[in-house]
Amino acid sequence: MADVSYVPILAQLGDDFFSNREGAAKRCPGNNGLCLGWIADNFTDYLDPLWEHVLLSIVPLAIGFVIATALALFAHRYRIMQPFFLFFVGTLFTIPSIAFYLILLNITGRGFTTAVVVLTAYTQVLIYRNVMIGLQEVPAETVDVAEGMGLTRRQILFRVELPMALPTIFAGLRIAASSTVGIAGFAFFAGAGGLGGEIFSDPAFKGNVVTASVLMILLAAVLELIVLVVQRAFTPWERAVAT
Amino acid sequence: MSQVVAALGPFGDAFDFILHQRESQAGTVQVGGPGEIWELSWTHLKLSLAATAIATLIALPIGLWLGHIGRYQFLATSTSNIGRAVPALGLIVFFIAFLGVGFVNVCAALVLLAIPPIITNTYVGIRGVDRETVDAANGSGLTGMQVASKVELPLAMPTIMGGIRIAFVSVIATATVAPLANVDTLGRPIVSPNVYGTAGQLAACIVVALLTFAADAVLAAIQRAVTPRGIKIQANQGRLRGRVPFVSPKRSIQPT
Repeated sequence: MADVSYVPILAQLGDDFFSNREGAAKRCPGNNGLCLGWIADNFTDYLDPLWEHVLLSIVPLAIGFVIATALALFAHRYRIMQPFFLFFVGTLFTIPSIAFYLILLNITGRGFTTAVVVLTAYTQVLIYRNVMIGLQEVPAETVDVAEGMGLTRRQILFRVELPMALPTIFAGLRIAASSTVGIAGFAFFAGAGGLGGEIFSDPAFKGNVVTASVLMILLAAVLELIVLVVQRAFTPWERAVAT
Repeated sequence: MSQVVAALGPFGDAFDFILHQRESQAGTVQVGGPGEIWELSWTHLKLSLAATAIATLIALPIGLWLGHIGRYQFLATSTSNIGRAVPALGLIVFFIAFLGVGFVNVCAALVLLAIPPIITNTYVGIRGVDRETVDAANGSGLTGMQVASKVELPLAMPTIMGGIRIAFVSVIATATVAPLANVDTLGRPIVSPNVYGTAGQLAACIVVALLTFAADAVLAAIQRAVTPRGIKIQANQGRLRGRVPFVSPKRSIQPT
């Protein structure tokens, strides 16, 4: 059984994955941890980083959504601000993430808060731009009709423009969700942990790298799916039209 | 001078690291100073340029072809979704773990990161070309190849350059983890603070950020330069329209 470490992953499934995994865990380092036995035995080690990663994704998304939407509504009302806001959020997005984490770390200290500030900054351009585009794409005729019916400016915004912009807004939120999960992979530079920290702690061990990366991809997919479900719930009229 | 440096705290120390050579943390070698910073920046830039150029050579024809035939929209737009979800760090480490260290391998990983935004933007740009314009070109007897290269490509150029710009900026940002593959980019002081010290780490961060801004500005200028004059005029007219207050009680009713 000396060469068993080179057995492909699928063959090991039948080997001793279900019956006796004690030997598998020992042999696995020979295969650099890239076998289901190792992953199953050590999966619990990844639950804490996964939970940190979930928080690192959801908290910035929520804060970022509120701030970016407020900015967009302000810019929608006072159009003169539009180029300034776009330049501002675009510049934030251009800063390389690792550099952003480490520079901010010298100002706000290590930890969760620093990572949240950075990740919130990155969500801004994605959400702001989509809210803005969504509001601008509302047909002028529709707004005219609403005006003609005697709706006030506030009513037009909340009853006509925002509902019509919802699909575009949610699309921005989806993009922001998956990219936040990706950028949160570097949050360990700010001392905030997450799955990226696991990858970085042992980059030569394939089992570790694959497990943490796959968890990140799955997290991104799940978050996108949740946003999609919420979008369906908030825009029932969209279901009537094929998208 | 030293008072100014002290007042800036860690940032002053970082600027000092950029300007003057010093002993490493263990005191065995000399680190920092303009020479080493320049050397690391040059490798960083070389790696990023190579990866973005190769990615453009691969992605541009694919996006152009998909956009020209106007099919497989799902494929073209979902590549960028998948690209965003794949963690950059995971991808690079994955490449190193399976292919080994070195410039070529880390470059290949960066190429994979740069391809999705270029494909998507090229596709979107080509599809965004006015259908009537394309019909007119077809009607004038241009072949499919000519329509693609002489009509669709120039008109889509701003969007395509936008994709290359996004790709290049994210490649520069990600090339920071290349030292894991033994390629000494500006990420070296960032991942090895035990040699370079926290001042070196912060200094490298500042230089990477400046490099990104410079690259972004250069590509923005190129993007403006390749924008056909007709599109610029159209955009200006659009901006003029935008200046009219959106909901104004005095707004005239426009004929539709």
